Amino acid sequence: MAYSKVDQGILASLRQIIPDPKRLLTDKQDLAGYSYDASFGTYWPEVVIQPKNTEEVAAVIKLANAQKIPVYPRGQSTSLSGGPLPVEGGIVLDLSKMNHKLEVHADDLIAIVSPGVLTAAIHEAAEKVGLMYPPDPSSSAVSTIGGNLAENSGGPLGLKYGVTKDYVLGLEVVTPEGEVIRTGGRTVKNVTGYDLTKLLVGSEGTLGVITEATLQLIPKPPAAATLLAIFDDIVKSGEAISKVLTSGILPAKMEIMDQACIIAVESYEPLGLPVDAEAIILIEVDGHPRAVEEEIREAAEICERIGARQVQIASTAAERANLWKARKMVSPAITRVKPTKISEDATVPRSQIPAMFSRLKQIREKYQVNLVVFGHAGDGNLHPNIVADKRDKEEMQRVEKAVEEIFQAAIELGGTLSGEHGIGNMKAPFMEMELGTAGLDMMKRIKDSWDPNNIMNPGKIFPKPGQKLNLTEE
Amino acid sequence: MSHSHNHKLPYDETFQCVQCGYCLPACPTYQTMEKETHSPRGRINLVKMAAEGHLTLDELKEPIDLCLGCRACETACPSGVEYGKILEGARDVLASYQERKTSKPMRFAQKVMFQNVFPDSKKLRLAADAIWMYQRTGLQRVAHKGKLTHILPENLWAFEEVLPKVSSPSERRKRPALFHPPTGMAPRFKVAFFKGCIMDAIFEKINRLSMELLALAGCEVIVIPSQTCCGALHAHAGRRDDTMTLAKQNIEAFEKLDVDFIVNNAGGCGAQLVEYHHLFHGDEEWEDRAKALVAKTRDITQVLGQCELPLNKPIPAVVTYQRSCHMTNVQKVTKEPVDLIRQIPGVTFREMANPNMCCGSAGIYNVIHYEESMEVLDVKMGAVKDTQASVIVTTNPGCLLQMKLGVQREGKANEMRAVHLVELLAEACGLADS
Ligand SMILES: Cc1cc2nc3c(=O)[nH]c(=O)nc-3n(C[C@H](O)[C@H](O)[C@H](O)COP(=O)(O)OP(=O)(O)OC[C@H]3O[C@@H](n4cnc5c(N)ncnc54)[C@H](O)[C@@H]3O)c2cc1C
Ligand code: SF4
Ligand code: SF4
Repeated sequence: MAYSKVDQGILASLRQIIPDPKRLLTDKQDLAGYSYDASFGTYWPEVVIQPKNTEEVAAVIKLANAQKIPVYPRGQSTSLSGGPLPVEGGIVLDLSKMNHKLEVHADDLIAIVSPGVLTAAIHEAAEKVGLMYPPDPSSSAVSTIGGNLAENSGGPLGLKYGVTKDYVLGLEVVTPEGEVIRTGGRTVKNVTGYDLTKLLVGSEGTLGVITEATLQLIPKPPAAATLLAIFDDIVKSGEAISKVLTSGILPAKMEIMDQACIIAVESYEPLGLPVDAEAIILIEVDGHPRAVEEEIREAAEICERIGARQVQIASTAAERANLWKARKMVSPAITRVKPTKISEDATVPRSQIPAMFSRLKQIREKYQVNLVVFGHAGDGNLHPNIVADKRDKEEMQRVEKAVEEIFQAAIELGGTLSGEHGIGNMKAPFMEMELGTAGLDMMKRIKDSWDPNNIMNPGKIFPKPGQKLNLTEE
Repeated sequence: MSHSHNHKLPYDETFQCVQCGYCLPACPTYQTMEKETHSPRGRINLVKMAAEGHLTLDELKEPIDLCLGCRACETACPSGVEYGKILEGARDVLASYQERKTSKPMRFAQKVMFQNVFPDSKKLRLAADAIWMYQRTGLQRVAHKGKLTHILPENLWAFEEVLPKVSSPSERRKRPALFHPPTGMAPRFKVAFFKGCIMDAIFEKINRLSMELLALAGCEVIVIPSQTCCGALHAHAGRRDDTMTLAKQNIEAFEKLDVDFIVNNAGGCGAQLVEYHHLFHGDEEWEDRAKALVAKTRDITQVLGQCELPLNKPIPAVVTYQRSCHMTNVQKVTKEPVDLIRQIPGVTFREMANPNMCCGSAGIYNVIHYEESMEVLDVKMGAVKDTQASVIVTTNPGCLLQMKLGVQREGKANEMRAVHLVELLAEACGLADS
């Protein structure tokens, strides 16, 4: 498909739609700012537009569709899979400035939000009225709800509460042809026709631009408690995870850190974690205070029985925060070892966690890469992270192979390429591996009928012929 | 062409950034200017792109110039990106590139300002004398009436109105070089006072009160004449050589004294002083001598916090505190000022929303980039008004002027005042009438 370039004529038409020059950016230094996300690669847009309302979005998309110009929706560009990158040039649509609406209707247990609202702002607004919006990506203080919806983001609470798609009741969307449609509604039950809401959530901006969302809120659990268990054997920690999950307790969060993470954290900021341990797990339960008290004790007993070296329980908010500190520090701590971080989110069925661990260990040795593992053990969503230096071409080639093998391992163990970060352009080459030819073709047919001119976020999810993972910059 | 300069940009430092965006919510200019170009992540990336030759220095200039240098982003960054170093490095390169492009008279004027006026306390004193004359003789009133000041560009005119009453030449001449604790009180600390340049000219009164407060709290205070300007403004303007010259002069002056602490009362100066050793990285002799100075450098609140002040005059007011960025993000002095405010009888302390956000003063940013600075200030004043405070406390001269300007812009001069913490403490100790 040949796209048109954004020439003077098209710019003039765009200026009619967005007359404010502050919201239509063409200076080189401005374009540079919209050429990257938190993953890899630099792609320059031809123009950046910051719409303020649905009408502006619709008008821009109509024009782009008529002129065959690619459009890339963008939240705050924290995507780890290349989601908002303008790989074919064209228009970047910065939706982070559409952040004017954040209504909480406590009686209906819903929130109605515009796409640029930060996820953390929704958390805060819900908590003010004793409610909770559970999806909690670690990036919530920065990422937009639009980006979360497009990526179907998850977080530590996914184990008990699910991911973004489980809390979306309705959407307002600008279609690739510039029409405004509404899907779903504001009721929890809604079975009218195809579930386009679910289709759009996780579509990574390839099926349209989300301009408003109706989200479901739940009552905030009144109490919570956390435990930290230290293991000398990582396989034993895996067993403890399965045992807790089958004991009748449903923890809110269940996180794991391997030895390399422990060492990284300790050398960055000593917290008194044992650097000789092979793994630590963190378990949090929430709910009614009495149930919480009993469940955390039971979980502690299970860990001890399976062979934890030490178990520590915290029940005040301050003590809990202290335990979570180590987990929160993993990500920054490991980038101090080497500056380039390749953050994966391959996910396996929970019973396969120990097997995945040993596969990762083999990969680490085979390719001699700095690979550390942490993540959401409770739902099998591991985060194998490789730290490297992107200036070292030879190392990056080994990393590329290692990453490829991580995906392969996850799929062979019955898992998936992505638990929460999406496919973007980075994982597109591996889609067929997971879905098969027919499976991928079915998705492609949906895309083609929604977006016949392929203007919405092209280059994402679907691989180009012969496309390979590329972590080195030209 | 600008390429010859690009390789001097701090390229390696930019690789530590993983582009996660965690710094975005912390950045005031991202909030007011609303685009990635004016965010920390954006600026780091632009420096990298310029170093790689994808952008010219002319294209890099504006985004770097419009950074406040508040370094809130550095505190927010989980990956430990040294934004301060990247910014300073970029400014150095831009300054030397600019210098070649700047017209000769302009270059001369800058040189005079930076090499002759700021470090020279005598010249600054003359300037202060002139302001004093101007304020005393009623010229100010005449000027206002006739809108004479409107000849000045709006920004300078705005500042002229909020300038404090400067001390008279005779008051300043009479200031002793040594302050003793009250008779009968055993000295707690022996301290040297770092008087700063602008601080000692325009805000001489606050300096004087600082010395008196320290003495009242039991310190022996020495004020040596051989000290000079800290060099912060030079560093911000990318004049690294000038900064080093000044730093050396200060190191030499203070290392001769046998004191427990070297005390300053200006967040920006303090931040420059505590990073003196960065200037001499790799130069063994000067790095060590700088480190010795750094080890003794304290903000005045850190010293007063360890002493006891006779706070016997209640100040019944709601007070809020505008944290100086350089105190918070560079010196990391955050607890002591608040503790001191809370100790004052009668005071109700109320923290404003987003307290760590810059007020927009940032060295001479508010003069050079007046409009951008006022947008940041307006956000700040919104937070201040929500606290319903009648007193805004600051700990840095730049912030103090800016907050005075904020009060004036809001038309609240009758209900609100902005003061340096030292002034408020002095008032509570019965030292001042301010
Ligand atoms: C340090 C770090 C930690 C992270 N932790 C997590 C985590 O715990 N869980 C998790 O799931 N993710 C995590 N992420 C990934 C990322 O934060 C999420 O994918 C987030 O949802 C992206 O939001 P954004 O606003 O930055 O969107 P962007 O990155 O700007 O865009 C993401 C995708 O959404 C599309 N898009 C954005 N807005 C719209 C819209 N209004 N309509 C249609 N499409 C749109 C874009 O085209 C793109 O494909 C993390 C990232 C970082 C850097
Ligand atoms: S120093 Fe301040 S203004 Fe500059 S990028 Fe950092 S946070 Fe923004
Ligand atoms: S400077 Fe730090 S916080 Fe900001 S994007 Fe880079 S790594 Fe993230």
